[in-house]
Amino acid sequence: MDRIPILKLGNALLVTIQVDMHDRLATALQEDLTEKIVSARARGVLIDISALEIVDSFIGRMLDHIAAISRMLDAETVVVGMRPAVAITLVELGLSLSGVKTALNVERGMELIKRRLDETEVADGDDDE
Amino acid sequence: MTTRSHASLFATILSEHGPQILSAWSDRLKSTGALASGRLREAELQTQCRTVLELLSTAIAGGLDAASPNYGPLRDVLADVSRSRAVQGFTPSETATFVFSLKQPLFEAVSAAEAGDPSTVARAVQDITQLIDALGLYTIEVFQKSREETIIRQQREIAELSTPVVKLWDGILALPLIGTLDSQRTQVVMENLLESIVAQTAEIAIIDITGVPTVDTLTAQHLLKTVSAARLMGADCIISGIRPQIAQTMVHLGVELNVVSKATLADAFALALKRVGRTVVAVKARELPAG
Amino acid sequence: MATTTSDRMEVRSSDDVVRVRQQVRARAVEVGLSLVDQTKIVTAASELARNMLDYGGGGVTTIEVVSDGMRRGLRLVFEDTGPGIADIELALKDGFTSGSGLGLGLGGAKRLCNEFSIDSKPGEGTRIVCARWK
Ligand SMILES: Nc1ncnc2c1ncn2[C@@H]1O[C@H](COP(=O)(O)OP(=O)(O)OP(=O)(O)O)[C@@H](O)[C@H]1O
Ligand SMILES: [Mg+2]
Repeated sequence: MDRIPILKLGNALLVTIQVDMHDRLATALQEDLTEKIVSARARGVLIDISALEIVDSFIGRMLDHIAAISRMLDAETVVVGMRPAVAITLVELGLSLSGVKTALNVERGMELIKRRLDETEVADGDDDE
Repeated sequence: MTTRSHASLFATILSEHGPQILSAWSDRLKSTGALASGRLREAELQTQCRTVLELLSTAIAGGLDAASPNYGPLRDVLADVSRSRAVQGFTPSETATFVFSLKQPLFEAVSAAEAGDPSTVARAVQDITQLIDALGLYTIEVFQKSREETIIRQQREIAELSTPVVKLWDGILALPLIGTLDSQRTQVVMENLLESIVAQTAEIAIIDITGVPTVDTLTAQHLLKTVSAARLMGADCIISGIRPQIAQTMVHLGVELNVVSKATLADAFALALKRVGRTVVAVKARELPAG
Repeated sequence: MATTTSDRMEVRSSDDVVRVRQQVRARAVEVGLSLVDQTKIVTAASELARNMLDYGGGGVTTIEVVSDGMRRGLRLVFEDTGPGIADIELALKDGFTSGSGLGLGLGGAKRLCNEFSIDSKPGEGTRIVCARWK
């Protein structure tokens, strides 16, 4: 079965979803990401969905799960590039993805992750002293 | 005589006397002023008449029911004619006259062909009347619908024009809403805002409703949905200028605007600048260290 | 109401759900629905096709381009011969799920369409019809 590639970018992981995923592919991605966060010691996960033409409740739930899992593994998930029509539809569907951070594009998402890391690093540093 | 053989009688008459019917029809049209306004050229009118007659003679061979599939191509052409008349600014009656004025030439052709048989002529006149009336009403219906579509389209365009999304700063957009917000208009405006967020890579959008006299539940919901959609895309919204009455109504309606809101557009802008890491400083204060 | 084209698609696997989405999209473009409306009907189709697969044991989707006079639209029919839905009102409630979902699919699909109806008999199956007009 095909799998969606996961790239390592500094201490973050980047996933670009470019195909209309069937459900098994989405589930596989969730599993792969979980393992990769641990093996790559990633602190952030960027999921670029700018190519996606729809997000239904299944994909929405997957995004929510990935965010929750990565939080437990001490990594921040940011979903980037959701299209306006997709966002309008998702709101109408009733999904708010309140546990997921969002950004306009990969660059902004990366900044968001960096800022979070800096904040926690400072906090950790304070603890040490 | 059965309807079917009547139909074949008409088909024969149309094919044998086609040219005469065509010229009688277009003469009538011209004498009733079809070309008077100058909106329609003679050649165009001729082509339309010829096409309609040709399709009518094909359709009629299969029966006299204007709603049947045989008449599909004819109805399509009539619909095109109607729509173009609507666009060219003709009145409904001018448009219907196009079809109705075919009646007389057809009556004349039938009377001439069946001169010896008054009862056939009487029946034929009745059938022609029914058929042409049905086709004429169809053109009026299409005319009406296409006018309605034009109005809806224009309303949409006006809604877009009357609510431009303005860029206040790099990454900061404002949508100053003025006038009554119905749910149709809100939808158009909000779609525009979300598109602009993408086009300008704007992190913050200020929706200013200072100029909105009232907000009903449905509109408030649209506003909230827009804020949620913007968040999913990675942008934040600030609502500014909520009038006291609106705040009261909304609480009364049980609608809670669970979003960041500021009293004025200026306050919202200041907050937005802060969020993108900018600040407004008095010119003097900045000049002091330099001088 | 006249039907211009009609596609009949079996839904037996999650790949079929993807195919349904793609075909609904193609027809929605053909009908001339706006981008937002296309997205809404495709999303509704995805929810209903998946429900049919998850709860109805698979079924058939019919995609029809319809017109009434001048208005064109898309009508979708989802039919399965599964266990049926005992309490339709409850199933439509946001948050109700008998599986492990979020319980948003059915109610959400209804909100995403202009017309929506469910016809179901326990033990015999479920038939859902929805439409989106231009
Ligand atoms: N075709 C069907 N046949 C039988 N039961 C169905 C069918 N479709 C839906 N249901 C029932 O209705 C319930 C609600 O469906 P809905 O799509 O709203 O939620 P879900 O599928 O459980 O979760 P989600 O769609 O949010 O992932 C389902 O849990 C199921 O019990
Ligand atoms: Mg479902």
